[in-house]
Amino acid sequence: MWDWTFAWEILPKLARGFVVTMQATFGGFAIAAVLGLIWALMRRSRVRAVSTVAGGIVEFVRSTPLLVQLFFLYYALPDFGLRMSALTTGVLGLGLHYSAYLAEIYRAGIDGVSKGQWEAAFSLNFSRAQTWMLVILPQAIPPIIPALGNRLIALFKETPLLAAITVMEVLLTAREVGDTHFSYLEPYTAVGVFFLIASIVSNVFVRALEKRYGSVAASA
Amino acid sequence: MFDLWPTLLSGAGITVAVTLGAAVVALVASFGAGLTMRSHFAPARALASSYIALFRGTSALVQLFWAYFALPFFGIRMEAMTAGILVLGLNTGAYGAEVVRGAIQAVPRQQYDAATVLGFTRRQTMRHVILPQAAPAMIPPFGNLAVELLKNSALVSLITLADLTFQAKDVLRTQYPARSPEIFAMLLISYFVLAQGISFGMRRLEVRLAHGRDHGGVH
Repeated sequence: MWDWTFAWEILPKLARGFVVTMQATFGGFAIAAVLGLIWALMRRSRVRAVSTVAGGIVEFVRSTPLLVQLFFLYYALPDFGLRMSALTTGVLGLGLHYSAYLAEIYRAGIDGVSKGQWEAAFSLNFSRAQTWMLVILPQAIPPIIPALGNRLIALFKETPLLAAITVMEVLLTAREVGDTHFSYLEPYTAVGVFFLIASIVSNVFVRALEKRYGSVAASA
Repeated sequence: MFDLWPTLLSGAGITVAVTLGAAVVALVASFGAGLTMRSHFAPARALASSYIALFRGTSALVQLFWAYFALPFFGIRMEAMTAGILVLGLNTGAYGAEVVRGAIQAVPRQQYDAATVLGFTRRQTMRHVILPQAAPAMIPPFGNLAVELLKNSALVSLITLADLTFQAKDVLRTQYPARSPEIFAMLLISYFVLAQGISFGMRRLEVRLAHGRDHGGVH
């Protein structure tokens, strides 16, 4: 049954896995934030082919499991001459997967900027790039910050999938600890509690963001 | 490429069975917890919200590993299939409960007043007045959750169930390591087709449920 001494003993080891989990979370989110914006901008392109391609990528990435995407990157990319560490592959996979969700959130934010803003920028003779950088995005991003925060939490909760491609994050660390001590109860429970606490804390944080920026419908 | 399809698709049955089984569990859990959240009985509400917090607050894969590898230490042993269906179902249900609660909350207050005036009991009000109006609004988010559930079903390959992902990664890739790009591309396409099928079915269902309504529910 439950052994407290053992549970305390393994915490430092799990903490090392936790560091990798956090690296994957923030690394993945940074990639997702950039890629997602690219998809959202491509979708609004006046060139039909560009917007169709972006729409297709988003739909495909959203409709297929993250686990399978990770396997594809991990097992198939080396065949194309791309060799990366497991962690890099995992961060890339998380980033790509979540970029599809973030693209939708960005889109909601951009759609929320009123038409008059575009017309004002046009009448001030702003270039397209200036319109985006100086007028549209500064107004589109703040309202979607809470929704982005929710996605960050969702991404964080999916990092254990990286264990399947041998990244030593917190879940795989727990498994190793379990393998050496022949008990999985304490390691896996500790990981569960760890995610629960982290989620509760980050939910409070997102709630605060909602208060500051107002909530937006595109949080689903 | 054609020689690989039969082996890959032999895993489709498990993927579909896990997804459908978990969907049933999720539906029951969604309505159970979603309706309980509106109960007048505080302990019941506390129980429902702890369930939601627990399953939404932790990772699906951690839940699955916990149920399959840690629960046996309490003497509770489950088949991989049972663990997969139960955990994925309860996980999705925790998100579905919020959908049910939100859709019910969106039904205008006056509908309750009208039912009270007509002498309906609480149960009758819910069953004959509120739920029929709330249901259409639940379909699109339920559709999204169904696709998420299909995607999450790939996790059962990690607890030894021979689903599509298992067939690709543990059977085909071991046999033909040089053909990895092809194998995983086929696997991605299989999930994409299944997901499109779910989305299509949900849109049909939405049209059917909205039929003959002039307001309420859908936008």
